[in-house]
Amino acid sequence: MGKMIEIRWHARGGQGAVTAGKLLAETALGAGFYFQAFPDYGAERMGAPIRAYTRLSDSPITLHSPVLEPDVVIVLDPTLLGVVDVTEGLKENGVLLINTTESPEEVRKRLNLEGKNIRIFTVDASSIAIQELGREITNTPMLGAFCVATGLLDLNKIVEQVRKDFGKKLRPDVVEANVRAIQRAAQEVKQG
Amino acid sequence: MREILALDGNAAVAHAMRQINPDVVAAYPITPQTSTVQTFSEFVANGLVKTEFITVESEHSAMSACIGAAAAGARVMTATSSAGLAFMWETLYIAASYRLPIVMLDVNRALSGPINIHCDHSDTMGAREAGWIQIFSENAQESYDNFIQAVRIAEHPDVLLPVMVMHDGFITSHAMERVELLTDEEVRNFVGEYKPAFPTLLDVHNPITYGPLDFYDYYFEHKRQQVEGMAHAQEVILEVAREYEKLSGRKYGLFEAYRLEDAEVAIVVLSSTAGTTKAVVDKLRAQGKKVGLLKPRVFRPFPAKELADALRHLKAVAVMDRSISFGAMHNAGPLYLEVLSAQRIYGGSMPVVDYIFGLGGRDIVPAQIESVYDDLFRILETGQVERLVTYLGVRE
Repeated sequence: MGKMIEIRWHARGGQGAVTAGKLLAETALGAGFYFQAFPDYGAERMGAPIRAYTRLSDSPITLHSPVLEPDVVIVLDPTLLGVVDVTEGLKENGVLLINTTESPEEVRKRLNLEGKNIRIFTVDASSIAIQELGREITNTPMLGAFCVATGLLDLNKIVEQVRKDFGKKLRPDVVEANVRAIQRAAQEVKQG
Repeated sequence: MREILALDGNAAVAHAMRQINPDVVAAYPITPQTSTVQTFSEFVANGLVKTEFITVESEHSAMSACIGAAAAGARVMTATSSAGLAFMWETLYIAASYRLPIVMLDVNRALSGPINIHCDHSDTMGAREAGWIQIFSENAQESYDNFIQAVRIAEHPDVLLPVMVMHDGFITSHAMERVELLTDEEVRNFVGEYKPAFPTLLDVHNPITYGPLDFYDYYFEHKRQQVEGMAHAQEVILEVAREYEKLSGRKYGLFEAYRLEDAEVAIVVLSSTAGTTKAVVDKLRAQGKKVGLLKPRVFRPFPAKELADALRHLKAVAVMDRSISFGAMHNAGPLYLEVLSAQRIYGGSMPVVDYIFGLGGRDIVPAQIESVYDDLFRILETGQVERLVTYLGVRE
């Protein structure tokens, strides 16, 4: 990894951004990384815009402040574009991964990122979630897309972690539906 | 086998409680502490501990139940935050004066009003004269380690005082990090079987009274004895830390000095912000600036001499306080006032300034901490202290 990677999640309360950040952290633990996963707790309610953060590093992390200049931004809900400044502080050559039906080129235009050195990835995680899970819960498919977009973690490790974590609480068919959603998102994510 | 888990601060302490397996836990939920006792109550329900878990209707009752159980000879724990701690006020003093070795997690949170659920240190700073030992933790690992050590400190026959262990609300309590647990057996052996130092209420062969009327005849002597317990605590804290280091490989002291030895200027700050400050120290050191950090771990008893000795060589010091002592000199923070007192008695002539920060969970970011070091270097250049107390990150 070489240095610390900082990730910011944008979602709405109830969409599972905190769970996704924690899943990522647990996968990172299995891969031998140091990590932090923490939400930005305001007075949120279901449906309100929220942020959560994940840090990954190969050495201990002592920082305990919010992520201001992320390397990676992940947007779980397309309706946040235009509501929240999702690219705020995003580093040069950073990764912007969005759940949307739009193409990376359309997103680049919409967010006025033409000419900027930001790598944009899009995936229609909502449709994948509805088809595979029967509900629009996009956190797990976005983790699949994250693996492909960043190359930071192995897709199989995320799948393993989901089977382990979700296996404790959910029915086997629901766990496997999540696994399919992750794998589909990894295949369907587009870069532009 | 020892496990390394992804845990937030509250879950880490819940695991410490599970491994300690106390006789009684009485607690009332309050944000951001709630998930600690919630997680622990699952351990109880799943039969992983033998603890009698008492749900009560308030924090005043929670501490009262802890006092009753501890006086009856039980090993007792609880957890709280903010208004919960404030509601325990009367009983905090009672726990300390009965010399009951109760161990409590306080997840630091601002006090009302206005209502705020986020981190500052007003709650436990307000309780600093209650007679409890106070230990602050930087992260989840430290909170886990401190909580286990707290049992041994509290129960030591030379101490017999309750201990509160702190970590920062949300910043530590709800941030998931890598935490290395000892094995259950290691923790069990480290804390040992609890044998109360004195007869207990349930010992019918050795009748004893706790908390009777105690007027001008003996009250003063009892308070004087309480001082002895506190005076012995420092050596016991170090002794327990040495033993814990042998077991865990993790070193603890009265405070942590980070790149302090050859520093010209330093910040003194508690808990999670000390971690963020370490990253700033590393950055400035890479630029050739001689900066350091001192992170107090034990706030009560305050290690005045040791701290003054560690700071003596510095040319300027900034204390960062996450609370205000309203009406104190310059309305400064309690940590600042303690450092000044220590300097007055044990020496050190450098200027010491105070920064109030992070009240009600206001973010503290590396650039702000860097600005504090800049201010200290300006004091060195000009020889002038412009302000004793600065509010960092406030709009005015």
